[in-house]
Amino acid sequence: MGNTKVIAAVYGPREVQNRSQQINDQVLVRCEYSMANFSTGDRIRKPKGDRRSTEISLVIRQTMEACIMTHLMPRSQIDIFVQVLQADGGTRSACINAATLALAEAGIPMRDLVTSCSAGYLCTTPLLDLNYVEDNAGGPDVTVGILAKMDKVTLLQMDAKLPMDIFENVMQLAIEGCKAIAHYIRDVMSHLLSFYVLITPSVI
Amino acid sequence: MKEIPLQLSLSQTQRSRLRAALEKLQDLASKSTASVTVADTIPVNHEDGILKGHGTSEFNEEVVATVCGVVERVNKLVYVRTLRARYIPEVGDIIVGRVLEIAPKRWRLEINFSQDAVLMLSSMNLPDGIQRRRTAVDELNMRSIFEENDVVCAEVRGFQHDGSLQLQARSQKYGKLERGQLLSVPSYLVKRRKQHFHHLEKYGVDLILGCNGFIWVGEHVEPKDNEMVEDHQKQEEFTPLETRQHICRIANSIRLLSALGFNLSADKIVETAEASMFSNIAIKDILGAEFCVETAETELKRRVSKRRS
Repeated sequence: MGNTKVIAAVYGPREVQNRSQQINDQVLVRCEYSMANFSTGDRIRKPKGDRRSTEISLVIRQTMEACIMTHLMPRSQIDIFVQVLQADGGTRSACINAATLALAEAGIPMRDLVTSCSAGYLCTTPLLDLNYVEDNAGGPDVTVGILAKMDKVTLLQMDAKLPMDIFENVMQLAIEGCKAIAHYIRDVMSHLLSFYVLITPSVI
Repeated sequence: MKEIPLQLSLSQTQRSRLRAALEKLQDLASKSTASVTVADTIPVNHEDGILKGHGTSEFNEEVVATVCGVVERVNKLVYVRTLRARYIPEVGDIIVGRVLEIAPKRWRLEINFSQDAVLMLSSMNLPDGIQRRRTAVDELNMRSIFEENDVVCAEVRGFQHDGSLQLQARSQKYGKLERGQLLSVPSYLVKRRKQHFHHLEKYGVDLILGCNGFIWVGEHVEPKDNEMVEDHQKQEEFTPLETRQHICRIANSIRLLSALGFNLSADKIVETAEASMFSNIAIKDILGAEFCVETAETELKRRVSKRRS
């Protein structure tokens, strides 16, 4: 999304590492978000578990848990690792989109594709997918995550106050952005899939 | 144990040949396959009494895919076969796995499933071949049978009521695998067949196609009744260079076939290995660009002729 670059890795479903965390009727989803030192303009060495990344890890984990069909893989765990290589605003939505793609590619059953997009409101204009400069201008920033087909919201975050009617406009814009991303992800997926399907005959 | 993606440096002509071959193969296959991604609707023509299988769910009275893969239909059952998912065990499958840890009375094996598999001491034959109760001494000597990181061949026994997967190795053909290579391929490439153990007599090589996508290529060993007696002699034996080369050649053929995404069967593997020998291709060049293109073209010819006949 813009200049933001993110990599995502999914491991699992695999045996639960910490036996005490095992859940008997569903899968344990874990998520780790980190930012590379070189990802921002000034090189800052951040401690690994700072508040911001723990919060985003939690947000991504909850969003993904909503779409993974957790009851199908009991007593196992799925690890999602997302790392920001280049940050230019909207990292958390980029991470969610990358994680969805990685999960779908790993063959993990999901209810629907989750896509996320941020929107803001600056100088009386609603803006879609804020970049770093727009983000730092201090205006309100709404991050929305939706299940594209079911039209359900799984994530909604806003850091500032906005009047009701403007909020609705901004939210609508973000949802449209999400749908555009869903469309794009679907394209990428079917392209990937056609490569795999290519040769394997269906006849057993 | 990781899958090895093939990094090909194709020349211009090779690339176009490979693409042409793969596209033709796709044309041949696409008449019966439809691929779906997550949340795609699967058309069912509003037949009533459709059974929804794995990888599907219902939304707004439509059948919707929950995984990426290929739609398969068996009579009224509709399911989606995933291409890149974990192995799903079925009772009686022959699998190859690696020992992760030794727990009380059991070994834990990694078998590419969402959990570790369990091989109980009581569900395998003792090395001396005597049927008796397992004692505490046997339990202490478990490391003399399998150690950590050993490669083991076993059979799926079933799921325990607590959901864990149990294995058994009650025959001479199961057990520890030594002197060979373990390959990991996507599990959908290995189909369930009558025969998973193959002894390629010409090469003195054993080939075990594990249903979980782990494939063992190793030196041929005769199943012995009394392994304990033979143990000391075995240590001194030496795998001849020729056999090692055969192992590598066959292993590389499997790598190539899996990278191209062809189903793996013993016949096809041997065929590929022989083709490479016939055209004087060095073992390391099996994974090279030229032979890769040739294999794809051969497979295309084979399928075209099969379709005509």
